[in-house]
Amino acid sequence: MTEPDIFGTPERLGMVVAGSLTDGVEVRLYGGASIEDVKVGTFVTLQGDRARFFGVVTDVSLRATDQALVSMPPDVSDPYIASVVSGTAAYGVIKVEPMLIQDIEGPMPSKTVPSHFATVSPASEEDIALVFGAEGERNFWIGSPLDMESKLCLNIQSLVERSNGVFGKSGTGKTFLTRLLLIGILQSNSAVNLVFDMHGEYGWEGSAEGHRKVKGLKQLFSSKVAVFSLDEESSKRRGLTPDYVVRIGFDEVEPEDIEILCGILDLSSVAADAAYSLERHYGRRKWLGEFLNLEGRESLFDLADAISVNGNALARLHNRLSRLKRFGFMDEKGHSSVDRILEYLDRGMHVVLEFGRYGSNLAAYILVANLLTRRIYARYMERKERASGDPSIEPRPLVITIEEAHKYLTSDIASHTIFGTIAREMRKYNVTLMLVDQRPGDIDEEVMSQLGTRITCLLDSEKDVTSVLAGAPGGRKLRSVLSRLESKQQALVFGHAVPMPVVIETRTYGTPESYRELGWKDAVELKAQMERDAADLFGSGEA
Amino acid sequence: MDQALTEVNMTADAPVGEVVEASTTELVTQCHELYESPSLGALIKTGGEDTVYGVVAEVATRSLDPGRRPVAMGARESDVEAIYSSNPQLGRLLSTEFRSVIVGHMADGCLNRYVAPLPPKIHDMVYPCHEGEAREFSGSLHFLPLLLSAQVGSPDDVAAAFLRGVSRSHVDSRAFLVDAGRELASLLGGDIHRLNGILRRLSHD
Repeated sequence: MTEPDIFGTPERLGMVVAGSLTDGVEVRLYGGASIEDVKVGTFVTLQGDRARFFGVVTDVSLRATDQALVSMPPDVSDPYIASVVSGTAAYGVIKVEPMLIQDIEGPMPSKTVPSHFATVSPASEEDIALVFGAEGERNFWIGSPLDMESKLCLNIQSLVERSNGVFGKSGTGKTFLTRLLLIGILQSNSAVNLVFDMHGEYGWEGSAEGHRKVKGLKQLFSSKVAVFSLDEESSKRRGLTPDYVVRIGFDEVEPEDIEILCGILDLSSVAADAAYSLERHYGRRKWLGEFLNLEGRESLFDLADAISVNGNALARLHNRLSRLKRFGFMDEKGHSSVDRILEYLDRGMHVVLEFGRYGSNLAAYILVANLLTRRIYARYMERKERASGDPSIEPRPLVITIEEAHKYLTSDIASHTIFGTIAREMRKYNVTLMLVDQRPGDIDEEVMSQLGTRITCLLDSEKDVTSVLAGAPGGRKLRSVLSRLESKQQALVFGHAVPMPVVIETRTYGTPESYRELGWKDAVELKAQMERDAADLFGSGEA
Repeated sequence: MDQALTEVNMTADAPVGEVVEASTTELVTQCHELYESPSLGALIKTGGEDTVYGVVAEVATRSLDPGRRPVAMGARESDVEAIYSSNPQLGRLLSTEFRSVIVGHMADGCLNRYVAPLPPKIHDMVYPCHEGEAREFSGSLHFLPLLLSAQVGSPDDVAAAFLRGVSRSHVDSRAFLVDAGRELASLLGGDIHRLNGILRRLSHD
């Protein structure tokens, strides 16, 4: 009889029959392995003669030994003929991208391919733990590989070292993933988070499908998270008291903050440049207040003459900037919100800035996020330089989470914005970004290329897929994986924080059990814990 | 290489005939009794020093003297049995012969499923293989290419008949046929029409 191997077992999928390092290897499936059970994105191991490889399935195809089979299929209504022909004359081939090779020091990027007839098997739990590390302080359990129960971890330390991106069409689970990543960063103590929370999803509570509410960071880790708000009323309506209400004075706005708003406010570059002239004219902290106090077209044109800018452009600038007056969080005088945020961050607290009703106003979001980030970044730069290599006085690594980045990190303005600068300079000043976005295709190429780890849910626009995969090793082959993700709870992770690209089923978030797994304790547990702590500290009452 | 077939099995049955023509790839056996030939696809063996195994690939009954063609004799007889009983000389004038494709041999007590280095001798006795031997011989089907490429009238029918026949000696004959079919599929992958033909013959069992 033929070797039993040829018919496969659940542990063995097939054998390598052809391929190359650039195109990946072709694996002929054994007759017993159904092609319908093999999905793109599946994590597999390839056992060569001397080395063990880890790879990802990037394509699945059907082949026939004879082309006549295609034009004249055998009589598969006969179960005998069907069982004989499938897997032999008609067989499945999967394309596997070998990503890692098992080395003495652990898995290393593969620079070769397994030899002919290497056996391919689905990865085991041990393989997952070997490659991605076991759950621990540095490794955060983010989900499981496709069709597996095992915990797949991200290296949080590596994650926060560079800027990252969480991408996906709307409704694919970006927010859930981001929330998990924020928790991972929080639990690992490797950085502090500053979240510009556009839609109020991260702070107190977020929303899930079917109007269900899920706990935000504050509810799970109240002692480590501070919720700041731009819109006190909205917080009060929800029965919450923010830790701090952020207000921004006109005197804190600089022309650079206006420049980033050009697109949103429909300002020409001439009008935006006029802001610099105004600053020179009125002085650094007064220009916006004074300018907005001007009334009447005449006074504007007089001013235009005085500072030699185009009168119409200045009038337009005035008109557009007057909108800022309508923002309830803006007033005449500064409030040093930056100091307050930094104070919290320095204490190791994670800050979520909720925008309340201003979340739907992109101009407000960009203005505040940009303004605060610019100042925080400047402080970090200053401190980092002062520390000059002494890690004990270096500022804590900071991860700034921003949403809708495609609207202000487009290629024409990205280079002018602070976010573009942070993305490019990477960890030089201990500040990195986490971009949460649905249209990565519109984000500046240079910014995208600097992202260390990209976590992407389903994307279907060609431009977005290309942009996300640009620069990724084996990017062309991951395209099929990315476009076949399920629309919920699945993501492709690749880059700095994982040794190889992998598709994950995001871990569950929102059930009492999931909260407990993340370290949350309900009131009863908390009370018991407090009593235990008190007993440890002061001795039990009887002693 | 498989375990040797037992000595007892080799000689327990009565011979069906003798080798009258032999080469390394095939042999022709003349039956001792008219019409007493094993059927197409049956496994046979020779009884000489080195046993050679063959699969019956063609059976023919003809006049012993090629110059004397049989003539019709039944004009006044009711049926064929009556013709033979009223013409007992027919048993001497006609003979049944079968051609077998050599598929294996014994060497140094081991069973090899490929052609023998030397053909059997003329007049070596030829025996039918019983079920146990057929099962043991078909434990590996590496000799199938010999059957498929045999220079006989219809090698596909021979292969199908052989597989159908030996499948009955296996406990799970269906599983045996599926495995055999897969072996055929890997051999005939480039000729799907031929494969289909054999599989259809096998599936009707």
